[in-house]
Amino acid sequence: MQKYSIFNLIKNAFSGHQKWDLAWKDATPKKEYDVVIIGGGGHGLATAYYLAKEHNITNVAIIEKGWLGGGNMGRNTTIIRSNYMHDDNALFSEFGMDLWRKMSQDLNYNVMFSPRGIINLAHSDAQMNIFARRGNSMRLNGIDAVLLNREEVKEIIPMADFSDNVRFPIFGGLMQPSAGTARHDAVAWGYARQADSMGVDIIQNCEVTGFDVVGGKIQGVRTSRGDIKVKKIGLCVAGSTNILAEKLNMTIPVETHLLQACVTEPVKPVLDSVVTFGAGHFYISQSDKGEMVMGGDLDGYNSYAQRGNLPTLQHVLTEGIAMMPFLSKLKMLRTWGGIMDMSMDGSPIIDKTHIEGLYLNCGWCYGGFKATPASGWTFAHTIAQDRVHKLNEGYSLSRFNTGHLLDEKGLGTKTWIS
Amino acid sequence: MLHIKCPHCGMRSQNEFSYGGDATVKRPELNKEISDQDWDNFVYYRKSLRGKHKELWQHISGCRQWIKVERDTATHEIFKTVKAHEDI
Ligand SMILES: Cc1cc2nc3c(=O)[nH]c(=O)nc-3n(C[C@H](O)[C@H](O)[C@H](O)COP(=O)(O)OP(=O)(O)OC[C@H]3O[C@@H](n4cnc5c(N)ncnc54)[C@H](O)[C@@H]3O)c2cc1C
Ligand SMILES: [Zn+2]
Repeated sequence: MQKYSIFNLIKNAFSGHQKWDLAWKDATPKKEYDVVIIGGGGHGLATAYYLAKEHNITNVAIIEKGWLGGGNMGRNTTIIRSNYMHDDNALFSEFGMDLWRKMSQDLNYNVMFSPRGIINLAHSDAQMNIFARRGNSMRLNGIDAVLLNREEVKEIIPMADFSDNVRFPIFGGLMQPSAGTARHDAVAWGYARQADSMGVDIIQNCEVTGFDVVGGKIQGVRTSRGDIKVKKIGLCVAGSTNILAEKLNMTIPVETHLLQACVTEPVKPVLDSVVTFGAGHFYISQSDKGEMVMGGDLDGYNSYAQRGNLPTLQHVLTEGIAMMPFLSKLKMLRTWGGIMDMSMDGSPIIDKTHIEGLYLNCGWCYGGFKATPASGWTFAHTIAQDRVHKLNEGYSLSRFNTGHLLDEKGLGTKTWIS
Repeated sequence: MLHIKCPHCGMRSQNEFSYGGDATVKRPELNKEISDQDWDNFVYYRKSLRGKHKELWQHISGCRQWIKVERDTATHEIFKTVKAHEDI
């Protein structure tokens, strides 16, 4: 594989950048693989990469029905954080933060990881108390957390509404300085390029249509481009999990819902951290291009539309304008939506299943982008070793039966108040 | 914007409604012996179909009645709405 470096950049300038190798090849499906990963989003690509890198399993195919990174991987708002209270979530996410910090070097691909910090705003004394508790839990797990008072928040985001006559005054906030954003497409492409270089076949425009299960064991997978023999399958299809589960006669504790996001026209740098509104569900950051990137609530009813509805967007942006009034002067450039695998307790599932050779990765809700490296790493371990790693032990499918829920925020398929 | 025909009030905008999820799940009968699995299925497990989906909505800013709606989860086309106690 051609290394990306300043020297290669200069060298290739002489040939007008016409002679770069393709970042990955367009593979056609073989008859048989050791492992098939379904879904060429972030989690599928990362899983294949870590299977090859950490476990030397390279006879692997990623099967993607559309194009690589065209699902939620290309639709998210790129927030990366580990500001969780529960140990399982905190340790898993913080392990991921470490992988994020090394990712550009590890993948030899600039993923533009930008640890600009995230601030969760508080709008009451009670909320400040809850944030103090969460911050302390984070620090006990070695994660950076800073409780900010009103004045300290004002110094960081002076453009927010600090006047006295607002419905939800800003009391302060909880900040994780090491949180941030990254370029989502680059993450997908970086993982794809490295996986491909180690022998993984990336097969796009190929839809999985069924499974061969004999005697409770995976024997193969049926696709729109022919049948493939395989003993181990990793399911990483995010919002399509229920559709494939049905083909396996499985019902899972996940519903598919739509989440929207939008960006404004680009403006000069004004916001250098990620900020979330604490009296509703709204968050904002500014992209390197200058667009204000915003999102919030689900559309609120089961949806596979990959396209949103205006009332929710209006509701979310009303919260945004309440928090930062200057936003009302900006024009909206684009809105879009992605179909999300909403688990019932708001936490993901990375586990084996009752079918031998079938491994499940889903339930990412609002936060699967940041989980990309840690999810790929632990899922690869689970597939390769046929047992879960300590880091994803808590993300079991059986927790919904045993009662060991990871209800971090009391958010499942819907918010409490809706 | 969805337009939902409340069987009590007529055609109204989605803003007046709150969503209640899959209408085909049945709460296990409490006076009967039920397994943990039955209870888990009722609380957590959903088919989340792509296509025709029978679901509950509450006309929260209207008559406040619960209703059943049959809607396509991919196109949002609404085929039928009935009162909560009626079969859909
Ligand atoms: C608007 C929005 C904003 C978000 N913001 C954030 C954020 O700020 N921070 C964060 O951490 N997370 C965020 N998320 C969540 C995050 O994007 C997802 O949790 C994560 O991308 C899901 O994992 P994935 O990348 O593998 O999914 P996807 O990219 O959706 O990958 C799944 C793939 O499976 C493919 N597939 C489906 N069915 C089949 C089939 N039958 N055969 C073959 N292939 C199939 C799909 O085409 C798709 O490419 C956001 C999501 C949305 C929609
Ligand atoms: Zn009504």
